[in-house]
Amino acid sequence: MRGDRRLFSKVSFALAPGSFLQLTGPNGSGKTSLLRIICGLMAPESGEIRWQGAEIRALAEEYSQSITYIGHRNGVKEELSSLENLRISSGMTGSDVSSEEAQKALARMGLAGRENLPARFLSEGQRRRSALARLITCNTKLWLLDEVLASLDQAAVRLIESVVGEHLNKGGMAIVATHQELHISAGSFQRLELAS
Amino acid sequence: MSAPSTLSMFRWIVARDLTLAWRRRADVLSTLFFFVIVVSLFPLGIGPETQLLRSIAPGVVWVAALLASMLSLGRVFANDYQDGTLEQMLLTPQPLYLVVMGKVLAQWLVSEVPLVLIAPLIGVQFDLAPDALLTLFISLLLGTPILSLIGSIGAALTLGLRGSGVLISLLILPLYIPVLIFGAGAVDASITGMSAQANLYLLAAFLVVSLVFAPWATSAALRISLE
Repeated sequence: MRGDRRLFSKVSFALAPGSFLQLTGPNGSGKTSLLRIICGLMAPESGEIRWQGAEIRALAEEYSQSITYIGHRNGVKEELSSLENLRISSGMTGSDVSSEEAQKALARMGLAGRENLPARFLSEGQRRRSALARLITCNTKLWLLDEVLASLDQAAVRLIESVVGEHLNKGGMAIVATHQELHISAGSFQRLELAS
Repeated sequence: MSAPSTLSMFRWIVARDLTLAWRRRADVLSTLFFFVIVVSLFPLGIGPETQLLRSIAPGVVWVAALLASMLSLGRVFANDYQDGTLEQMLLTPQPLYLVVMGKVLAQWLVSEVPLVLIAPLIGVQFDLAPDALLTLFISLLLGTPILSLIGSIGAALTLGLRGSGVLISLLILPLYIPVLIFGAGAVDASITGMSAQANLYLLAAFLVVSLVFAPWATSAALRISLE
């Protein structure tokens, strides 16, 4: 429910380790709301989200330790460099990342040589890349990505596909809201289409 | 992965906000200059009537401190809200209470402490005795954290609203009144030669109460604003 409008009802799915879920649906169908409900930022009108059998509200911080959410607002501070952004956002989630590790992750995202540039000098796509570098350094189980491929070029999309693929091979899970066709090698690939 | 230490996450938050404040020095300095200028206008406007100046000094300095803190409060959460970093903070595996404490601590260090430090200096314009200047300093030192703590509730409640600056003032200034009364009262007492202790103890008590309850209220308000 958003305001008075019912966005979706009777949505039910389960994810096993190593599986991937793609959320699709027209604009305004509630993809973002569903992701925000799954990560615990929003409470569902009715129903529940369970993590390893327990309600996420009851798990609270323990659940937060297992997820990484990247929304359309990147969560990148314009005043800070990519390197600082990455190290600070990792530090705040409790997994300190050394400067070398962070540099390696940023290099993989194609930001080598721009690590120390304040994010306001980066293009939209580069900022997105810098936000997504968190996926490489974090070691959470469940990734929730909301339209993160939007301003990325082809090469970056391929890169993200391979990063997500590796994550799934290690037994991770990912839920991605996107309209693009994804080529991901996953144990199980599900697609959930929300109607308008 | 080692168990995330809450202390280290808290340090990251404070360090982050201090770095950001350093990158935006102009914002911080404008608050300080606002305070200095507002306080200095009174002696200039009233002229060299030391008796009158001495009696209005506590009120003027304290009111200016309240207004200056309103200027910086709007920024506590608003910038982080806009670029999505606040969402990320809500999703960190630590109690939101600590996130709020970290941010309020950083805001206090950056926006209020310079003001506390400079207050005795501008108090000289009001012909205050060294005793009264010391009381002014101590009362501000005890009082300004309360302003930051209570103000953070207002900042969280008005998050994402248009014209939130005015709304924060309307919500928060009435709550500042006790702090103003006892803060200015302490300085007043010390000017008239009485003991400022009672007022200062009351301020300290307010500080303890707001340390316990304000971050909790702010966390609740943040959760609502981000839904």
